[in-house]
Amino acid sequence: MAADAGAFEAGPPGRRARLRLSGLFWRRPWLKALSLLTLPLGAFVIVYIGALAVVFVSSFWSVDSFTSELRHTWGLANYRLIFDTSQPYLHIAGLTLEMAAAATLTDAVLAFPLAFFMARVAGGRTRAILFVLVLLPLWSSYLVRIYAWQAILAHDGALNWALNGLGLPDQNLAYTNTAMWIVFSYVWLPFMVLPVYAALERIPDSYLEASSDLGASGFRTFRSVILPLALPGLVAGSIFTFALTLGDYITPALVGGTGSQMIGNVVYDNFATNLPFAAAFTVVPMLIMGVYLLVARKLGAFEAL
Amino acid sequence: MRRGTRISLAIWSALVIAFLWIPLVIIALYAFNGSTLQSWPITDWSTHWFSVAWHNADARSALTLSLKVGAIVTAIALLLGTMAAAAVARYRFFGREAISFLLVLPLALPGIITGMALNSFFVFAGISISMWTIVIGHCTFCVVVVYNNVVARLRRTSTSLVEASQDLGADGWQTFRFVLWPVLSTALVAGGLLAFALSFDEVIVTTFTAGLQETLPIFILDNIRQGQQLPVINVVAFFVIAITVIPVALAQRVMRDTGLIRRGSAQVTEAVEAAEIPAV
Repeated sequence: MAADAGAFEAGPPGRRARLRLSGLFWRRPWLKALSLLTLPLGAFVIVYIGALAVVFVSSFWSVDSFTSELRHTWGLANYRLIFDTSQPYLHIAGLTLEMAAAATLTDAVLAFPLAFFMARVAGGRTRAILFVLVLLPLWSSYLVRIYAWQAILAHDGALNWALNGLGLPDQNLAYTNTAMWIVFSYVWLPFMVLPVYAALERIPDSYLEASSDLGASGFRTFRSVILPLALPGLVAGSIFTFALTLGDYITPALVGGTGSQMIGNVVYDNFATNLPFAAAFTVVPMLIMGVYLLVARKLGAFEAL
Repeated sequence: MRRGTRISLAIWSALVIAFLWIPLVIIALYAFNGSTLQSWPITDWSTHWFSVAWHNADARSALTLSLKVGAIVTAIALLLGTMAAAAVARYRFFGREAISFLLVLPLALPGIITGMALNSFFVFAGISISMWTIVIGHCTFCVVVVYNNVVARLRRTSTSLVEASQDLGADGWQTFRFVLWPVLSTALVAGGLLAFALSFDEVIVTTFTAGLQETLPIFILDNIRQGQQLPVINVVAFFVIAITVIPVALAQRVMRDTGLIRRGSAQVTEAVEAAEIPAV
């Protein structure tokens, strides 16, 4: 046996050292896990988590209104300003939440039948084509897609041309909240289709057969079998649509009107001059998303991501 | 399922797909609009603006910066994402769940938070804005994209392949080269392409980490905002759609390639041969 072990260790010294190292890692898996994790996790924690902590801490500071320098005195003044009803900020946060909810609901309604068709009705080839047709818009430029709607909704754009062709009057949707709602629903739609599709595809056929064998109508099967099993997918999709809308400031800036400011716009306009206030205002969506993620994890959405 | 239900599902699906694609088609057609006015329908078809855009110095330098950042980010994301995935997929340790939760954060938290957090981090740490600050900003979510791809592949791969390779005397490098690499390569290519596409398209985090530098999306944004050189932007938009669509179509093709596990086990034999184990 000793000779065999010797045979394993034969070869140039470099290889012997490498074998020793693999042996060491094999005997102590935690050492390997640690050496693999240190670099990525260290960088991630220092830069990303560190940065989030900086934002959170600075939201309790204030800024000197003359010199624009940070004053490291602790206080809740920034938060009070947000919740002050004489200021526009509560209204802005409300509009942001409203937009996020509207886009999420619209996408769920648009996406579910499509995902259902892809997962349970379409044949292999149609399914593959539909999959690519949903995936490509997701990856094609987000800015360009907003820009496309700017051109479509413009007064002499494609929408009014189509409406006139049908004998309908012009719609002045450009630079309104309706335009924002359309654009948000449009740009995040693929994020909803894909997880819902994944969830629906995983439902075994036998469940549906069992349901109808037990006498359930199509609707009953849908409500009691399909919908509960698709829920993690819907929640996973809504994480994207909700989070992405909460943090967006490009869409309001490009297709929104004067009253269409969202949290992102206020943060963007303030971060250079009044970091503490901007930081406090980002804590609002951070908290909303934190709660949302915890609930989503309870509903099993993470496995569906 | 009743016939009526199937037909209405098909019609609904067709309408939603049309909703997804009509805006892309319209904006692609605008690239061929000879007029400086953005009205529909296009009456003056021309390719004039393609040559104007091609000779636009700002557009060119923005494209160069975007390509550079994209390449660096992809390389870093591949390295760090794979390392983290290898640790999380293979080992059970204290805090493993917390780590997988933390790694979802850059995708789940709004971009404006990531952007502002990084900006204030750079200010506090005294790091001046450069191409590298853009790279750091993009890395936060690109690492996660690669991580997700690789972790999913590793979970589907049986650990016995690695054990077999080690039992047969392969060292760590050989196991990686001949067993893990063939299994992982397509996930890495797909993850890398997606990371590149994400970086190439990123706007929100970039506006906080770029200062006065212009990546291609920032160039587009600045011009749309001010309503300047829109015909040039139309052409750039046309190319951006084409450029992001190609890597994704490729990634799809690569991911569809099945039979990976079988190929992986064939590589074990090869690994054994390469390990020069003396015949007993």
